Amino acid sequence: MLTMQVQNVPWLVIVITLPLVGSLLCFLLPQQAKKLGLMTAFTIAASLIGLLFQVLDQGAQRYTVGGWDAPLGINLYVDGLSLLLLLMTALVGLGISVYATAYFNRDKTVYYWPLWLLLWSALNALFLSADLFNLYVCLELLGLSAVALVAIAGGADALGAAIRYLLVSLLGSLFYLLGVALIYHSVASVDIIIVAERIDATPPILAAMGLMSAGLLFKTALFPMHFWLPPAHANAPAPVSALLSALVVKASFYILLRLWLDVFPLPQEVLGQFLGLLGAAAVIWGGVQALRQTRLKMLIAYSTVAQIGYLFIAFPLATSIAWKGALYLLLSHALAKSAMFMAAGNILHFGGHDTILKLDRVAQRLPLTVAAFSLAGVSIMGLPPSGGFIGKWLLLNAALQAGEWWWALVLIGGGLLSAGYIFKVVGFAFTQTEASHEVHHVPAAMQWTAFMMALAAILVGLIAPWPLALMDIGLPFEMVVNKGSNG
Amino acid sequence: MSLDSVFPLFILATSLVPGLIIFFLPESAVRTRISLNMGGALIKVFLVGIVIWGVFNGHHYETRLPFLPGLDLVLRIGALSILFVTLSTGLWLVTTVYAIGYLEDSPHRSRFFGFFSLCVTATIGIALAGNLITFLLFYELLTLATYPLIVHRGTEEARHAGRTYLVYTIMGGALLLIGTVWLYGITGSLEFVHRGFVSAIVDTHRSSLIIIFVLLIAGLGVKAALLPFHGWLPQAMVAPAPVSALLHAVAVVKAGAFGIVRVVHDVYGVEVAVSLGVTLPLAVLAAVTIIYGSVRALFQDDLKRRLAFSTVSQVSYITLGIAVAGPIATIGGLVHLVHQGVMKITLFFCAGNLAETLGIHKISEMNGVGRRMPWTMAAFTIGAFGMIGAPPLAGFVSKWYLGLGALDAGQDWVIFVLAGSSLLNAAYFLPVLHAAWFKEPVGQWPHEHIFGRMETAWALLLPPVFTAFLSVALGLFASVPFSPLEWARFVTSLEFAP
Repeated sequence: MLTMQVQNVPWLVIVITLPLVGSLLCFLLPQQAKKLGLMTAFTIAASLIGLLFQVLDQGAQRYTVGGWDAPLGINLYVDGLSLLLLLMTALVGLGISVYATAYFNRDKTVYYWPLWLLLWSALNALFLSADLFNLYVCLELLGLSAVALVAIAGGADALGAAIRYLLVSLLGSLFYLLGVALIYHSVASVDIIIVAERIDATPPILAAMGLMSAGLLFKTALFPMHFWLPPAHANAPAPVSALLSALVVKASFYILLRLWLDVFPLPQEVLGQFLGLLGAAAVIWGGVQALRQTRLKMLIAYSTVAQIGYLFIAFPLATSIAWKGALYLLLSHALAKSAMFMAAGNILHFGGHDTILKLDRVAQRLPLTVAAFSLAGVSIMGLPPSGGFIGKWLLLNAALQAGEWWWALVLIGGGLLSAGYIFKVVGFAFTQTEASHEVHHVPAAMQWTAFMMALAAILVGLIAPWPLALMDIGLPFEMVVNKGSNG
Repeated sequence: MSLDSVFPLFILATSLVPGLIIFFLPESAVRTRISLNMGGALIKVFLVGIVIWGVFNGHHYETRLPFLPGLDLVLRIGALSILFVTLSTGLWLVTTVYAIGYLEDSPHRSRFFGFFSLCVTATIGIALAGNLITFLLFYELLTLATYPLIVHRGTEEARHAGRTYLVYTIMGGALLLIGTVWLYGITGSLEFVHRGFVSAIVDTHRSSLIIIFVLLIAGLGVKAALLPFHGWLPQAMVAPAPVSALLHAVAVVKAGAFGIVRVVHDVYGVEVAVSLGVTLPLAVLAAVTIIYGSVRALFQDDLKRRLAFSTVSQVSYITLGIAVAGPIATIGGLVHLVHQGVMKITLFFCAGNLAETLGIHKISEMNGVGRRMPWTMAAFTIGAFGMIGAPPLAGFVSKWYLGLGALDAGQDWVIFVLAGSSLLNAAYFLPVLHAAWFKEPVGQWPHEHIFGRMETAWALLLPPVFTAFLSVALGLFASVPFSPLEWARFVTSLEFAP
């Protein structure tokens, strides 16, 4: 009986409204913000487990909010792809929440929690939206809350970064919105399924495709549109850097992937190759730039630029195994990168700086933090056993199966570059510098969450059959095969 | 799940679990750490004993865990694995005793022993890997677990050595990964089987298979210190002595050599490898490495560096034996896997004792040291003569079989390589022995520690004496059942049986 009731709860709506309500409560009761926020985080994670069981039991779900179907009402849709991203967000979100309780002092906490929960709500809604306009709303909400979070740190650097980030964010959304308008004009709907049925490769639709893709690529920071990312991610407070790199850039990537899989008409061949090339360039450029950085947080931010590049190597290959590889990389990058930014936050807090050459024996003095950074690094490098390795292995397989070995070279080369910049940090973490700095105590919660996130990035490499099976629910990648055979 | 299907996991866990616990122990928990280390090592020896008996009585030990679609993580205990597992397990126990003595009172011991155990876990994983992907996993784990040991001292020199080590090994790992993925793409399998799994596609994918062979061997050759990938090994000497001992005798270089055996025997199969024409170039490369390593060793004054170049040379005997591709030479190569380990670890223990007790790092400082540390130098002498290949020591047995095997396979030129190398070995070891035993000591030792009436601490002295004794025993009792030689014969019979 009880299980029946649990199965019928509209978890889709709950996972969107919970963080929203939490955000409001934190805003209204600033004294209790920390406690309320943490509670909300755990409740979201718990309700996602409810959703997980529901989907495992009943397969992909469509939910019409308030009983109003499209085109009038709001439709929500969950399949393996969206569920994976929701779970990823919850896992990273929990870690970031725990980290943030120890990181922020009292006056920053008051701003942090409402914004962060609002952002979480936007993310969840985005992964569940079944129409193009709602996706836009979520994207905008996400962008604005992210900008506000960057500005929390205060100071000229942070504000400058926030303003730049705001402009990029607005510009990207604007392009996307223009595309949606064109599509709506042509097919008189924004519901993804209806649009997919009615869409043709007419000039306005192609223009819409171009605009939407450009806007989303801009927000995803694909090379050469990545220039805004490193300063924005590196100048934010540590938990915010973590959630920007781990989650926010993934949201626009998700929309692009959805459109690519479900909406966009052919021809995708040429565009796919083009995206793959940009991805390859991002892998190389991001890696080289990361190697050249002298500040730890900048290095990690450039690493994100490179890692985003990997995701786009799936586009020219466009097989189920390639998409799964890219998603696996996305998942493990989220875990690993949040761990890295947390570790960098610890190091910054500890010594008051994050200059790589002057790390001054942090390996001996903050062993748990350096372990977190290194374990996360293993996944970023794509060495086994780690989530990064699984993703890379699948992509390598896909590339060789397609006979396009040059993508394999990019994957391997990117791995070597990342090994270069990660071990540069680890090496200097062992050595001593002449001028020693005044050191501050790093709370255990900050050290342990960084470590746990890194450990998770490793462990997802050992449970690959489960996430891979999850991705197949609702067959999100099957459409591509059909389209490919028609075209 | 039957007991046989979890046994390999137990063997891994006996070093993995203590290692992981040790990481979180405070520095002061000396006793707990020692108990964990020694307990794990002893239980592992016990388990390996059971397994040897079991394999002999027809038990089939295999653990399978799902890892990737169509690919499992496989740990399997076969005849070849036993050879390497026994070596690593036995020498781990000895090295642990040594390391406890060596690192007494030095800082960061929890980190050191944690990574030390991880290193051994990776080596055992490599030995037990039942397919190429599992092998790759532990091969990379070994790279990562060794790095913190090399940079352990945290000096600028150590950081440089660590960087060099990584540049080589990460590149090697990448080559191995490319080869593995490619092989999987064209065969759809990575499972190790006797006489290989590629014979079905030799005709259709000839050139691909040759390139993959080169990729795999290059990837493994980095750790096996094959020319031109040997550059990291002499630099890695900055690591503490137990690490050098482990690196040279058991873990890193052996993992590479063992991998080469796996690729030639269980991926390609000797027959296919010969028909592809890849074994002769490999044999020539191994021969060149043997001579080159010995020549370079001649010119080193730093004792550990001389030993390092000696390793470059000696480990290639294994590759040479495999690449000659005859049954008798294969026996020689395989048995050298064990023999070289036992002899080389003796030499490194002794070098560590000299450094730790008297502060001696250079051969030019060793005059008359035999009088001050007779037991250590006696062990060193046995190790050195073993390396030269003097009967009845273990090294002689390996060289004998390598030589016979080369003649048997019609590769007479190998004899000259072996003879030349033995001469060179003598040329770089005998002056050391001469200085130690027959020259007069010159005044004070660089940094002398006094250990009561003993020449050095018990924990430092027993391991080399034991392994020196073992080098003699392995030579004298080479034909006893269950000796490494007999076991190598058994492994070879599986690969070459008609």
